[in-house]
Amino acid sequence: MARNDLQGSLDLLVLKTLSQRNKLHGYGIVAHIQRASDELLQVEEGSIYPALHRMEQSGWISSDWALTETGRKAKYYRLTTSGAKQLQAAEESFEQLVKGVRAMLRYA
Amino acid sequence: MDREIDAELSSHIDMRIEENLAAGMNADEARRDALVRFGNRTAAKERVTGMDSALMLDKIWADIRFALRQLRKNPGFAFTAIVVLTLGIGASVAIFAFVDAALIKPLPYKDPTRLVSVYETVPSCPLCNISYQNYLDWRRSDLPFSSLQAWTWESFLINTPQGTELARGARVSDGFFRLLGVTPILGRDFYAREDAPGAPHTVLLRYGAWQERFGGNRGVVGQTITMNNTSYTIIGVLPEGFHFAPIGESDFWATLNDPNACDKMRGCHGMFGLARLKDGVSLQSAIASLKTEASELARQYPDSNHDYSATATTLTDAVMGDIRPVLLVLLSGVFLLLLIACVNVSGLLLVRSESRKHETAVRAALGATPGRLFRQFLIEALMLVAMGSGLGLGFASVAMKLLIKLVPSRRIDGMPFLLTVGLNSHVLAFAAAVSLLAVAVFAITPAARTGRGNLRGDLTEGGRGTAANTWRKLGAKLIVLELATAVVLLVGAGLLGKSFYLLLHGNLGMQSEHLAIVMVNPPKTYADGDKSMVLERLIISKIGSLPGVQSVGVTSNRPVRAWDGGVPIVVPGRPTNGRRNDIPERLVSAGYLSTVGARLLHGRYFTEAEDDGDKPSLFVVNQTFAKKFFPGENPVGKHVSYEGANTQIEIVGEVEDIKEGQLDSPNQPVIYAPFNRWQFLLFNLVVRTRQNEESILPTLAAAIHEMDPAIATSDGTTMTSLITDSTAVYLHESSAWLVGGFAGIALVLSVVGLYGVIAYSVSQRTREIGVRMALGAERGSVYTLVLKEAGKLTAIGIVTGLVCSIAASMLMRSMLFGTQAWDVPTLAAVSVVLALFAMLASYIPARRAASVNPVEALRAE
Repeated sequence: MARNDLQGSLDLLVLKTLSQRNKLHGYGIVAHIQRASDELLQVEEGSIYPALHRMEQSGWISSDWALTETGRKAKYYRLTTSGAKQLQAAEESFEQLVKGVRAMLRYA
Repeated sequence: MDREIDAELSSHIDMRIEENLAAGMNADEARRDALVRFGNRTAAKERVTGMDSALMLDKIWADIRFALRQLRKNPGFAFTAIVVLTLGIGASVAIFAFVDAALIKPLPYKDPTRLVSVYETVPSCPLCNISYQNYLDWRRSDLPFSSLQAWTWESFLINTPQGTELARGARVSDGFFRLLGVTPILGRDFYAREDAPGAPHTVLLRYGAWQERFGGNRGVVGQTITMNNTSYTIIGVLPEGFHFAPIGESDFWATLNDPNACDKMRGCHGMFGLARLKDGVSLQSAIASLKTEASELARQYPDSNHDYSATATTLTDAVMGDIRPVLLVLLSGVFLLLLIACVNVSGLLLVRSESRKHETAVRAALGATPGRLFRQFLIEALMLVAMGSGLGLGFASVAMKLLIKLVPSRRIDGMPFLLTVGLNSHVLAFAAAVSLLAVAVFAITPAARTGRGNLRGDLTEGGRGTAANTWRKLGAKLIVLELATAVVLLVGAGLLGKSFYLLLHGNLGMQSEHLAIVMVNPPKTYADGDKSMVLERLIISKIGSLPGVQSVGVTSNRPVRAWDGGVPIVVPGRPTNGRRNDIPERLVSAGYLSTVGARLLHGRYFTEAEDDGDKPSLFVVNQTFAKKFFPGENPVGKHVSYEGANTQIEIVGEVEDIKEGQLDSPNQPVIYAPFNRWQFLLFNLVVRTRQNEESILPTLAAAIHEMDPAIATSDGTTMTSLITDSTAVYLHESSAWLVGGFAGIALVLSVVGLYGVIAYSVSQRTREIGVRMALGAERGSVYTLVLKEAGKLTAIGIVTGLVCSIAASMLMRSMLFGTQAWDVPTLAAVSVVLALFAMLASYIPARRAASVNPVEALRAE
């Protein structure tokens, strides 16, 4: 399976994930994206962390250390109010992008 | 932070490995797969680190806001800590600024470390003036100096519309300013050989003189000015801020091209020497060369030079010699004060950390790493120190300005570096260093306590047990340290104060109240024949007849000044073995010794008729002279003579020693000779008056100007002022006051600290006291309990302090006068004072302990 470059849309996917699943650690976010996209989207797992920290700095997500079910310490992330707003905006601009590309491709 | 990121990334990989293992891979495969899927871990970590740095600043800002909130919630603690820090840091910065300006900053000349001050020496005067003729020979010889110059003071009489004015000036050799690396900002420096006899009279202006006397007019170069009845051409203006400390303030700088009578005599020493060492030459080898040259001259000119040697010191030593020990004592004192301030604040922080131990324990239990907690303490310490430093710097600059205002202006002339005292880079660096040290101490103190405390004990309310005890012990040690330091400062202040008192109230050999002194400068027209004697007699009789004047005298040198070399005297019956016998000589009028209130031990004073240039000379000697040369005998009737002269001079009287030299210098033998025997123009008029001696000074000046307006008067003062303004007295007084100030603050801080420790200990033991009282203990025994604890701390503190203070006072020996370093009355007084205050401070918590209601104490948790 080809690896799709998700650079631009990674933020969108993470935010969406956290809106669907209340609290999740980095590993869980990666797993969720793969599952929810029917394995179409493969995230290079290491690359999610810079994104997560950047988004935390922007105030879209907040972090907390806690214990997983198996008793391991992990850093959990959750969506903030401004993160929810950002999600909406990102979704809209993604829709626009897709519409625009489709229109271009159909042009005779 | 770094570890956090690592932990997060590792936990991700571990979770993948777990899943892989659960899916059936073996350990190796699971691991490899996890790593591959993860991608470049290092790169990921680096990018995350970059993101997080910004986040960190956010967290730090949150910590700062939290710390400020905490301080606001505890205003008592914050206020006390900040005030103590302000005092401690402010005082040490202020004193350091003086030390920097005086001792650390180099002199404002080119290559100042290579500059030396050159002296001639005799046994009675180890660093003495040089003679012009010797200086000329030195210049011709092969000394290891790239330049050798000479300088001396000169008074210039200027005719102004208001009358004859006396201006301070100096005469220097031709290369003087080039030696120092100073160039005039206007006009030119002296040419080479412009100081040879017969060269034209030229003069350089001090910048301030140019502004005040000539209005800063740039056309002043080339103008002439008449001084001392001679026409001088102004050739230039010196830079603003130029000063040469040994000369002090000097408006006019002329050359030596007009040698006076003293300059022409090889045996007359009226100059000072200044030289620059050649590259690679050490001071020691220069001194050796000087000594060789001096003994060569002594061989060539045995009459004037025998037994004269020469030496040199660095110019820095010459300028700073007096003040260095004082500044070092002040610096040590202020460091001790800073120590007490820091210990005090540490104690406060410890108490606070005690009361916050619950909060800290909860945070630790919730997962705050020790690093996180330490960062919190660090930021709190930073806040405190930042405010303390900021206010301290403000306090320091105010203190510096105040201290300088308190220095009399004449003294500043001799210590011009005082004008450069300010918050410069050195001082700010010092303040930063002190602040950092304080931050370190204040951050570590509560952190150390947290480290050693046990979590469970802290979490439970009212936790008793080992944690409280270790703190009590630490607090007690801190208090002992504070008390000991306070003792050292108090003893130091006490010894300095005692030295100052003894200095001022020592036997001066005269009745110094109600004496007015003024310097009289007749112009050179009186240097002819016996005109000077006639003038002196006229002045004495005219002043003597003024209302309010009891008696009048005249002297060549004011008392309480530095000793000079003196004149060589031969005492018959005491072989000199070729060594010279220099005795300080004072030329006085017949009425001088009785005017100053000297005590006549034997014989009589000479009369006015005997004070005549044509009559044979007579001497009055002081007690030290009699003891040295005629031990056990009455010197009256004996004869001595000047070296090289045949005339025998009769001693007609012996007086008790008068303090002709600085108050803290030992008495020297002195001879008093009649003033008119030598034709000196300049003299000091000394007047005893029934009325206020300060108010008679203008009358004296007016009377003299009435006689001849060309005579200038200057330096009018009272004998009392002369004494209190003299160098020795001034230095002792200043250091006593300043160290006394430090000691006072130290006393307050340490006593308050002791109160804090005892009060806290009492509050910790409330339950215990309640139990005791419930079991039947008397109130009295509670008092004893508390006071015993306080007494033990105080006793240990005082004893330690006494031991340390003896050691410290030994180091300070050179500043003490008339008292030993282990002066028992001072040590006893300090111990008693401190013990009294300490007992008072412990009494209050003791009372509170004794008034504890046992029921309430047992009920409260």
